[in-house]
Amino acid sequence: MASTDMIRNEFWRNGPQPGSFYNFPGGKNSEQIGSAKRTLQPIVTGTSVLGVKFDQGVIIAADMLGSYGSLARYRDFSRVSKVNNSTVIGCGGDIADFQFLKSIIEQRVIDEECLEDGFSYTPSSLFSWVTRVLYNRRSKFDPLWNTYIIGGVDEEKTFLGYVDKIGMSYQADSVASGYGAYMAQPMDARSLNKYEVAIVTKDGVEIKSPLTSETSWDIANFVSGYE
Amino acid sequence: MFRNQYDNDVTVWSPQGRIHQIEYAMEAVKQGSATVGLKSNTYAILVALKRAPSELSAHQKKILPIDDHVGVSIAGLTADARLLSNFMRAECLNSRYAFDKPLPISRLVAMIGNKSQIPTQRYARRPFGVGLLVAGYDSQGPHIYQTCPSANYYDCKCMAIGARSQSARTYLEKHMDKFRECTLDELIKHGLRALRDTLPSEVELTTKNCSLGIVGKDEDFVIYEDDEMTKYLAMIEGEEKVTASAAAAAAAATAAAEDDATMDAEGQSEGSAPSQDPTPAGPEAEQKMEH
Repeated sequence: MASTDMIRNEFWRNGPQPGSFYNFPGGKNSEQIGSAKRTLQPIVTGTSVLGVKFDQGVIIAADMLGSYGSLARYRDFSRVSKVNNSTVIGCGGDIADFQFLKSIIEQRVIDEECLEDGFSYTPSSLFSWVTRVLYNRRSKFDPLWNTYIIGGVDEEKTFLGYVDKIGMSYQADSVASGYGAYMAQPMDARSLNKYEVAIVTKDGVEIKSPLTSETSWDIANFVSGYE
Repeated sequence: MFRNQYDNDVTVWSPQGRIHQIEYAMEAVKQGSATVGLKSNTYAILVALKRAPSELSAHQKKILPIDDHVGVSIAGLTADARLLSNFMRAECLNSRYAFDKPLPISRLVAMIGNKSQIPTQRYARRPFGVGLLVAGYDSQGPHIYQTCPSANYYDCKCMAIGARSQSARTYLEKHMDKFRECTLDELIKHGLRALRDTLPSEVELTTKNCSLGIVGKDEDFVIYEDDEMTKYLAMIEGEEKVTASAAAAAAAATAAAEDDATMDAEGQSEGSAPSQDPTPAGPEAEQKMEH
């Protein structure tokens, strides 16, 4: 009797509910039917990331703020991440997109560790891969709305590279994201005195987090002429 | 018609725990002409004996370039080798495109292993009928790998496959300790001598019938053929063949033992004690015929 009392929501088992699309296995699901949906603007954003080479390694630094428009919404977002013992990645732009790519990278690193063949991502190979991924996404008109700064040390050689959301990339001794037309949106946002740095040397990766810088409004009265 | 009732398809086990179709595919490798691979601290080289299918045709290529840092030599079905090398080239290019790095040799060979395994387990498919010697150089140094139709692959200090290759393996085993510290020229001489040991007494190595592939630290894979071989053949010219009769006797003894044991002990039942299965009369008779 119990079964006849149950309300039948579906036409058949695991089938569509009345009035809804049926998702054929392996086919497009109903969310993909209809107009295409794209990221048109970043939502929760991180601002600048800085990267500098020094004689024995690389430092990447970013603050820990996740801005919601111009609102300083989340104050504990980590935007630099250790990939392996030779490589770190820092990110500006849309934080959800960063979390998405970061989870893929982390899984790939685990898969690679499972091979136990002595090979692992180097800073330059991750940089190349991220460039390919970002260019591929922009070519689908669905970019990952980020700038990435990838640094590390491989065979005692330091590496520092920059990739943006259209897959444009370059290497330099110092790189910074955030101060350009592409990052105008986060420029409207705030920044925070809570930050973290990732330092890579031949001995490995050290992430110092969270750090805070002393702030003082006492000097505010010296700032004039910008109003 | 059939040698036994268990060799019609790769999906069928024999009661002795063997898959005859895979073993037959392994035999195809032994029909191909011999090829030798060996490495030193800094180089990996391939030496191969080429055959001409007829008086009217050129010698068939045995060493194929895959990427700047890796090449293969083949024994068995050439058409299958072309398919595999095409696959390897695609994978190597993909690695350079995606990661801006040459594909590690161990990963390339593992991909061939995975690809080769599929037709050893599926109804109505056949294993690849080709064995490869893969010579490559990556950040872990020079490598020689052997791949089999059975989808096994082996990381080797040196190896020889193909027809009469047991004689070459006997040579390699005898001189293996010296290879690590060899100069390139010494390594090539060892390779050519090992290859020469596979020849019947009336045949000699010539510029027509052998080729050489070299890859090393900071040196791209290159293939030497025809006139380019003159210089290298001259290095072993005039040397006595290693007392053909003694070597042949030794080779024959080990060959007989190994041909029976290889598949069971190494290839099929991994790491366990040598198989005690009685050898069915059919396949053994065939093995004798083919050699």
